[in-house]
Amino acid sequence: MRSHRFYTPWLLMLPALVWLALFSVWPAINTITLSFTNVHQLTGGHYIGFKNYWLLWHDPHIRDAVLNTIVFMVICVPLLTFLPLLLALLVQRNIRGIAFFRTAFYFPVIASAVTVALIWKWMLDDRGLFNNLLQTMGFVHKTVPFLTDRWLLLLSAIALTVWKGLGYYMLLYMSALGSVRRDLHEAAAVDGAGTVRRFWSITVPGVRGTMILISVLIAVNAMRVFSELYILGGATGGVGGQDVSIVMLVQQAASGSDGRLGYASAISVFLFFLTAIPLLFLTRLNKNNQEES
Amino acid sequence: MTATTAEDSREGRKRRVRGTGAVRHPDRKGRSPIFDAPTPHGLFFRYLALIIVLLISIGPMLWELSTSLKSKAEDVYTQNIQLLPHHPTLGNYGEVQNTIPVWHFALNSLTVAVINVTGNVIGATLAGYVLARLKFKGRKLLLGVFVATLILPAEVTIISKFQMITSMGLGNSILGVCLPDMIAMTNVLLMRNAFMALPREVEEAAIIDGANVLQRMRYVGLPSVKGVLSVISIFAFIGAWDDFLWPLLVLQSPDKLTLTVGLSYLNGQWSHDPRTIAAGTMMALLPILALFLILQRYFFRGVAQGAIKG
Repeated sequence: MRSHRFYTPWLLMLPALVWLALFSVWPAINTITLSFTNVHQLTGGHYIGFKNYWLLWHDPHIRDAVLNTIVFMVICVPLLTFLPLLLALLVQRNIRGIAFFRTAFYFPVIASAVTVALIWKWMLDDRGLFNNLLQTMGFVHKTVPFLTDRWLLLLSAIALTVWKGLGYYMLLYMSALGSVRRDLHEAAAVDGAGTVRRFWSITVPGVRGTMILISVLIAVNAMRVFSELYILGGATGGVGGQDVSIVMLVQQAASGSDGRLGYASAISVFLFFLTAIPLLFLTRLNKNNQEES
Repeated sequence: MTATTAEDSREGRKRRVRGTGAVRHPDRKGRSPIFDAPTPHGLFFRYLALIIVLLISIGPMLWELSTSLKSKAEDVYTQNIQLLPHHPTLGNYGEVQNTIPVWHFALNSLTVAVINVTGNVIGATLAGYVLARLKFKGRKLLLGVFVATLILPAEVTIISKFQMITSMGLGNSILGVCLPDMIAMTNVLLMRNAFMALPREVEEAAIIDGANVLQRMRYVGLPSVKGVLSVISIFAFIGAWDDFLWPLLVLQSPDKLTLTVGLSYLNGQWSHDPRTIAAGTMMALLPILALFLILQRYFFRGVAQGAIKG
């Protein structure tokens, strides 16, 4: 029994297919092509071989950006893998008012990176809330340069990213926790296993798959960071220009009246290969898991 | 130590007696009343932890709100921290209006958001339905292409999209900001997964009754994917309202900016007063939080139905 004419599927998919071709497939190919040219926004350009990649390799800003990305990942991955899990456990039980708490914990996710970065920028100001609190409580006697020191600025952006990400990953864990077997928990509790022991021996193995997926997501997102650093440190990356991310360099290269689209594309291709590393790791792990079982 | 153990076991015994039988017959949701019964001080610590996390997550926003309501006469830099404004005033919000065309920016952001929601709802529903329910040549291959695009972070192709939008003559226009994200491939796949869950038999019955593809999608498919569809709409709206990098690249003239880009210029370039910047921030933040509060029931319900972006 035929349920439709042969052209119906294609007709219905037409909008999505146009967008797939125009804004996904073509830009992917074109980014690679552009990266081998010296195309500028207004003046055009021509093929220049690997020159952009040679420039990229010797660009000190790229080194700073890669170093910053690594620091971002090393701190964000463990924190955002475990804290949201604890948070999900906290809001898992349906006690009175829990919907309110869940919604409020999700607020930082809903807010744009620009608004929350502006909020944090005011708190981290030389004369802002944090400095005033630290000084009145006597922890420090001098102003802490959260926004002007090369490393403190990076750490501030990381703290902001962790704070903003908590609710997002909490939500991912919430659905995973539904599949953790309660009878195991009960049996372990009867056998005298405490909360901490049950967390490590039952909850964590129960959400292992989600946990791996989430840590890969965090790593990829750490490589894509832009707005947080751009707002906290300014467009050029802090006082010394060292607090840049890879995406900030893409934006810097491409903006201005005659943006260097070719060079910006080379940085984009480099970014793609970086983000592919955690994804490859994920597929490897999945394959191994399938072979085991 | 011994006292607590004794007390624990006594209480345990009491509860066990009260709930006899329940251990072997957990309720509908698979929970046994004994294991899940909260103890009074367990509950106390749970609420304590919830309140601490609440302060961490919305505290900064409340501080910004408070700053935005402080008058010029009040010292916002003082070490003698004032949590609440002495004489709350909306003056700073007026100051934002005098500094930047904030309502115009908000209207631009709203336009982008509405166009993105409409495009994604229509485009993703149609394509998702076809990929899930119709048989045709090349379906597997096409699905593979859709999935493959997921490994491409948006930032990687942004330069090429920028070049394309400019060459189409849409640089520095709101339409140019909307266009690339009007149909997101993730949403097509989410809708496909949602439509997959529908049992085959229901649809076959509709085919026998002579329903055509569009009727089947509208009356058989759509009612069962409402949850996922609402999550997609909410995400599309928030995504467009919050987006920064793309409109920052595309838009140049100050009268065409979206709210996020306008705010980034307000900060430092057009104003140095933290009260004004705080007021501007609140004008971008409060509408989106209010919208989420109104829709949060549909959002969490849809998420529970499996609509999660990965």
